[in-house]
Amino acid sequence: MIVGEQKPLEEIWEMVKVHKQLTVFGCNTCVAVCHQGGNKEAGILASLLRMKATQEEVDIEIVDSGIERQCEHEFFESVRDLMNRSEAVLSLACGIGVQFVATKYQTLPVYPALNTTFLGDVIAVGHFTEKCQACGDCVLGLTGGVCPVSRCCKRLMNGPCGGSSNGKCEISKEIDCAWQLIVDRLEALGRLDDYEKIPPLKDWSKDRAGGPRSFKLEDM
Amino acid sequence: MDLKTNSRLEKVLKSGQLAVTSECGPPRSSAPEGIIKKGNLIKNHVDAINITDNQTSVTRLCSLAACVHLKLQGLDPVLQMVVRDRNRIALQSDILGAASFGINNVLCLSGDHQSFGDNPQAQNVFDLDSMQLVQTVRRMRDEGRFLSGDEIKVPPNMFVGAAANPFADPFKIRVPRLAKKIAAGAEFIQTQCIYNVEKFELWMQGVRDRGLHDKVFILAGITPMRSVGMAKYLRKSVPGMDVPEELIKRLSGVEKEKQAAEGITIAVETIQRLKEVKGVAGFHVMAIEWEEKVPEIVERAGLFPRPVID
Repeated sequence: MIVGEQKPLEEIWEMVKVHKQLTVFGCNTCVAVCHQGGNKEAGILASLLRMKATQEEVDIEIVDSGIERQCEHEFFESVRDLMNRSEAVLSLACGIGVQFVATKYQTLPVYPALNTTFLGDVIAVGHFTEKCQACGDCVLGLTGGVCPVSRCCKRLMNGPCGGSSNGKCEISKEIDCAWQLIVDRLEALGRLDDYEKIPPLKDWSKDRAGGPRSFKLEDM
Repeated sequence: MDLKTNSRLEKVLKSGQLAVTSECGPPRSSAPEGIIKKGNLIKNHVDAINITDNQTSVTRLCSLAACVHLKLQGLDPVLQMVVRDRNRIALQSDILGAASFGINNVLCLSGDHQSFGDNPQAQNVFDLDSMQLVQTVRRMRDEGRFLSGDEIKVPPNMFVGAAANPFADPFKIRVPRLAKKIAAGAEFIQTQCIYNVEKFELWMQGVRDRGLHDKVFILAGITPMRSVGMAKYLRKSVPGMDVPEELIKRLSGVEKEKQAAEGITIAVETIQRLKEVKGVAGFHVMAIEWEEKVPEIVERAGLFPRPVID
């Protein structure tokens, strides 16, 4: 799923304080799982902004709302009236949702309440970790199901580098060495011999490097 | 002798004599005098001189330009290239540029992560990794082709090296990783600084068991300790560095002003011991910002004079 983290309140306030009306708009799927951008968090953020407005003596009407997903048209049906009377939207969606709102409502200002941080999983309650960078050319079949692109700090296709120490990365003792995990996993699978296979050079044109990506189902 | 390049280092290694290389770090300025002075200080005691490439991710005068300065002095530089800062277009371009100045050695590295340096906010590239850079240079030289497959009319004449760290984890893949670098095309290897000699010998045993010492020239990395403080720092703070407790005890056992001399003696003793290890083809003496000590280490280790190569 997509993981995001709320921006500091001060940064959000600086973006939105010029408006007379603001709709604080949650997205109740991915970023709700990480308790940062769901409809519940939209309500809390709206309250904090109302307090801020009172403190700063700024006259601004703050409404909170939300939908299941801000990245698909059908979910916006229920908020048609609200959007029409909003002066500005503070979206708690990931960057995709923010842009979807911007595209859908051409004259409506929209601001991001979150920093979209990564594609990750929930390894324990309240603990989210990056697992994919959507490089467009998955190598997990070669690497025992551990991604070197998102999990090795140097995205080495033939690691580990000389900085791997006690299973940790040279840049932080908090980060597992992805290649230690790959080697452990290949060994557990009885495939350690595969370690010495040199994969072809990575085709980064399928990654961000190749420009914005899209695909279209021909039968729909 | 089957020589692939005009590299003096290649000639020494293929003549069967122990080679000696050293390295110099370029300045954080546009003045070339420092690197030229460092090079001249050690030129009679080494066969080739590595020039580091923005080591520890701190911005410096570029490795390629520093190599050119040494080449113009008649020295044989080893161009260190990290894949952290340049994509495959820039890497291939710099290889051609270096070759155009008659630089005949390249050492292919991944490079320290930028978080250690002066620009931790920098983007990193890692389009290729060090293994793939080795492949790239070999393809350019041997096949006369760019990665794209396009022809290179005058291919670069480069002796291709890579690094190995026998002390990093997981230890069990450190020999397979060397095998992989050799399969990728590495012709010489410079190792991480060796302080834990037993572990290095264990790694070399694994290297010999697979006959890898016959396929690549291994230059053992030697860095003299300047003080017990340096030893403790390397032990504690540098991942992939293995400094045994006994070495720290030995340095602690001498007065502070004699610790540097003790560090030199330890380096000399390490070389003498490793000379007896089958498969060690030479030494890479990295006296970090202490280049003036290289001649003494080389002489006391019995590696002087250096072979005369035409």
